[in-house]
Amino acid sequence: MDNKQKLKIGWFSFTCCEDSTILLTEMLNRHLDEWKKVIDFQHFKALKTNNSIEGLDVAFVEGAISSELQEADLKKIRENCKYLVTIGACACTGQPSSSRNAFMPEEINYKIAFYMCHFDYSKDVQKISDFVKVDDEVNGCPMNPDIFVKIVDKYLKLFNII
Amino acid sequence: MHTADITIENITKIEGTAGLKVKIVDDKVVDLKFMIKDYRRFYAKAVEGKPFVAVPSFISRICGTCSIAHLLCSIEAIEKSQGIIPSDQTKLLRRLTYNGLMIRDHALHLYFFVLPDLLGIDSILDIPDEDGNLGHQLLHDSFDIKEVGSDLSVMISGAAIHAPLPTVGGFLKMPDPSLFPTMIDRLEKIRVQVLRGIEAFSKMPDVLVRNSDYLCLKNSDHYDFLEGNIVNSSGRITTEEHFHDFLHSVIIPYSQSEGYIFSDTHDDYLVGALARINLEKELLNQRTKTDAAKYLDIFPSNNVYHNNLAQAIEILNCVDDSIEILKSIKLVEEKPITQPPKAGVGVGVVEAPRGTLYHHVETDSKGRIKNYDVIVPTAQNQINIENDLKKYFGANLDKDEQTLKLNAEKIIRAYDPCMSCATNFLKIKWIRS
Repeated sequence: MDNKQKLKIGWFSFTCCEDSTILLTEMLNRHLDEWKKVIDFQHFKALKTNNSIEGLDVAFVEGAISSELQEADLKKIRENCKYLVTIGACACTGQPSSSRNAFMPEEINYKIAFYMCHFDYSKDVQKISDFVKVDDEVNGCPMNPDIFVKIVDKYLKLFNII
Repeated sequence: MHTADITIENITKIEGTAGLKVKIVDDKVVDLKFMIKDYRRFYAKAVEGKPFVAVPSFISRICGTCSIAHLLCSIEAIEKSQGIIPSDQTKLLRRLTYNGLMIRDHALHLYFFVLPDLLGIDSILDIPDEDGNLGHQLLHDSFDIKEVGSDLSVMISGAAIHAPLPTVGGFLKMPDPSLFPTMIDRLEKIRVQVLRGIEAFSKMPDVLVRNSDYLCLKNSDHYDFLEGNIVNSSGRITTEEHFHDFLHSVIIPYSQSEGYIFSDTHDDYLVGALARINLEKELLNQRTKTDAAKYLDIFPSNNVYHNNLAQAIEILNCVDDSIEILKSIKLVEEKPITQPPKAGVGVGVVEAPRGTLYHHVETDSKGRIKNYDVIVPTAQNQINIENDLKKYFGANLDKDEQTLKLNAEKIIRAYDPCMSCATNFLKIKWIRS
């Protein structure tokens, strides 16, 4: 089976603890042999150096958006994928990565101000759907693995892979 | 290579986001920046005002891969602030769940991130599906090893990631002892696979030796990730409560994380499995020492790539330690120790998979958080990593850019860095300044 008959996916992480990435690497214990036959992991920074975002069928995105740079990267991903699925609580709801949104001005101490001034932090941390169209969500902290498998199967069927 | 700018925007096969910029002028490295790029979430600030009982679960969201390390370190700090002394049974159960974390976390790093370097390929996704292929065998070994590690944590703590059962004073629910015999069998079964991994990672040909100092938590009784004093290579010993005095923080303007040097010498240092095996290999489980003897002779080692071999040996130690505990423990029903909250200060120090982890908590009279501070291993290793890279580039400028980039990533990867952790702490002295 060549690449044309595989689902081209990308896995992307923004601001979060990357627990869903870790959970996915655990799910590969049981699923890798099967998924390799039907899925082309075209972008998966945790697993490979040579990555590409062009022409993705499905982009899976974990984490919340903390900066304009991340926002631009997210929009670039959206432009390059047919479907986008948010993964985990931070991507779907913003929480808990957006905890700093609730800081009162007096809580922004010198240290926090230093980092927010020296790097391109946005005023607020926001969920993925605040910036781009989201086609499906896999919620949870980390993501619910059973729902993730169902979503993968859904797109494998949608693209006539299985 | 006379003059060049080498940039790696995103270092791959690590946990989180980091980059590297190197400027070479007239065959000399004039600037090298190792940049931790994950955005901070300021969780240590976010827990202020919360009741302490809610904090360990929240703060463990610092990191997906070593959440159990943050969970138990936070619990230890809070228990000390409240004067709560956990039972011996609780300590053993924590040791078991921690062994599960170490087995899974080390195996993820070694087999999913480092193994492709060993095989000379980009990714585990490129390993052929051939039964006689060594890569194929090691990869499928890793599936079994990681799964046993995860299931050990699940059996004791309810989950391998963001575990719900460990709490201040004990566990919310006792494990089911009827599951222990099967787990012992599974641990015994993966021993041969773990030993095959030790053999494989002992053959990693890369060498980078630099004058590094080492630091870890050391228990006088046994190889312990959770209790002991902090020691370094020069023999300095300090208690967990005074760990902070060991260190001096360094602001790195281009990185989203501070770095650390020793407070008394201003030298850089390394934390992690290499430090632990270098400083306390004599305390490993006897069965591990016997079966890994020829590999342990390699240590102490100053080759940073031996952090990989040290992790592989630690997996075996966690397997053997868990088998012993599961065979001997006689569970009795216990509820978490509770008492009225009070004002206090507590420090927790544990050995996370990638090195020494510190949590500091100060509570008010109602048990609410007044101050919280975290120092993570990757922040401590940051300056050491950068200095290793300076040495590597300085000695290898005759190599082509692709080789330099590949080897730079391999050096960084050997440390098993975690950028999610590195960007989520606040240093108390800094805040007060």
